[in-house]
Amino acid sequence: MEGIGIFLEGISKAFGLILSSDPEILRITVLSLEVSMVATLVGAALGMPLGFLISSRSFHGRSLVVAIINTFMGVPPVVVGLVVYLLLSSSGPLGFLRILYTPQAMILAQALLTFPVVCGLTISSILALDPSLKETLKSLSAPRLWEAAILLKEIRVGLITALIAAFGAAISEVGAIMMVGGNILGYTRALTTAIMLYTNTGEFALAIALGIILLILSFAVNLTLTIIQMKYRKRR
Amino acid sequence: MAHVALRSVRKSYSEKEILKGISMDIQRGELISIVGPSGSGKTTLLRIIDGLVPPDSGEIRIDGNRLTKENAPTIRARVGMVFQKPLLFDASVYDNVALSLKFRGVPNDLIRKKVEEALDLVKLKDLAKRNALTLSGGEAQRVALARTLVYDPDLILLDEPTANLDPANVQIIERALTKANVEMKTVVLVTHNIFQARRIAKRVALLLDGAVIEIQDTESFFNRPLDPRTRLFIDGDLVY
Ligand SMILES: Nc1ncnc2c1ncn2[C@@H]1O[C@H](COP(=O)(O)OP(=O)(O)O)[C@@H](O)[C@H]1O
Ligand SMILES: [Mg+2]
Repeated sequence: MEGIGIFLEGISKAFGLILSSDPEILRITVLSLEVSMVATLVGAALGMPLGFLISSRSFHGRSLVVAIINTFMGVPPVVVGLVVYLLLSSSGPLGFLRILYTPQAMILAQALLTFPVVCGLTISSILALDPSLKETLKSLSAPRLWEAAILLKEIRVGLITALIAAFGAAISEVGAIMMVGGNILGYTRALTTAIMLYTNTGEFALAIALGIILLILSFAVNLTLTIIQMKYRKRR
Repeated sequence: MAHVALRSVRKSYSEKEILKGISMDIQRGELISIVGPSGSGKTTLLRIIDGLVPPDSGEIRIDGNRLTKENAPTIRARVGMVFQKPLLFDASVYDNVALSLKFRGVPNDLIRKKVEEALDLVKLKDLAKRNALTLSGGEAQRVALARTLVYDPDLILLDEPTANLDPANVQIIERALTKANVEMKTVVLVTHNIFQARRIAKRVALLLDGAVIEIQDTESFFNRPLDPRTRLFIDGDLVY
């Protein structure tokens, strides 16, 4: 195979597919976007409060907990996929949910990937704050909720970084959604699993086209988040 | 009854004793200055009075009430602290000052009036809309003072509030403190500027190596010190 030729063909095919808005490609793209966005939001909804709690109270074994969370920030997606697969399989403890090989299972698996990312980055954002910030709030008699609101505002740039990293981890992974989604055409096929499939079947140009769509998508989401981040950065 | 009464207050950090049994009374409405070389324990003493760190032993009474971990939040609500390095929030000058009142559930229309008064006092009315993080050191310290004065604390603790500031800023801060003191607020001003102590304090205490070695009315402190080390400190000859 001549790599460059296939690559160029892939690029032209990508734009052809985008312009023709092929319904199958559209469906794959929308599913990828939906699954990864919801997984990021679920991971954030759990990871931010937990990160907040862990970093605002000192307790026995805190370093251990943080080290574990940081380890899971880099957990291989296939491992998460395997665990979720075992949980959801018909004989597994969550088998009664009957969601294996559904988009819900894909969201669950990716949320387990995004959760430690958001949690770990929330913790590091708070730990990086000037310790006198908390002392100042205490001295000014800030009630707990106000304290939380002000700390959140101070770390907002870090929180957006957490969202960017979490979404990046979700949209780019293939191992977890392949195992629990099954890459079913028209139902659980996402961009990354489709790329795997087309590569295996030798349809390289199509695979590259989907790769380009994936990059454009990722770029659009990151651009949006980055613009928000720049807007809210501190004026120092 | 003294406004602040300290009895044998001790504090160590990792084996090193920082405060070696401090006892002193501060009367209501007094403007007392605590001077001393850097590292003598001035900041630690203020943080203990504000209930931010507990002493290892000894007691602190504010208005006769013994300061404990449990009642520190209640007592602290009537105490103001201005830190040496002011930490302002990423918000407008106005909002930084208003926050102290929002924390206390003060209604909005009253907040506006109080914040304007406080900003006027430290001559920052024109900067009300500016983001506080863009201020100069002197302006930032004035915001820190305003956000403390705005909630009318009975007791104001200040940790070298004018260190490294130019004379114009120093004057604004000293005037605001004198005015607060005229309104019967107790002011504890930590400074290593003895001229400042001489200018505005009624009484001066010298903290040396974790112990109060001299405490007298300002005139006697400077003209008839009891401890020879006080004379050396005043003359700038104290080697430490
Ligand atoms: N949180 C702390 N942990 C360890 N040592 C401290 C702490 N706070 C103050 N110290 C030490 O206590 C001594 C007195 O500090 P401080 O009260 O800040 O003195 P001052 O304000 O008079 O310069 C210094 O040697 C300082 O290093
Ligand atoms: Mg100090």
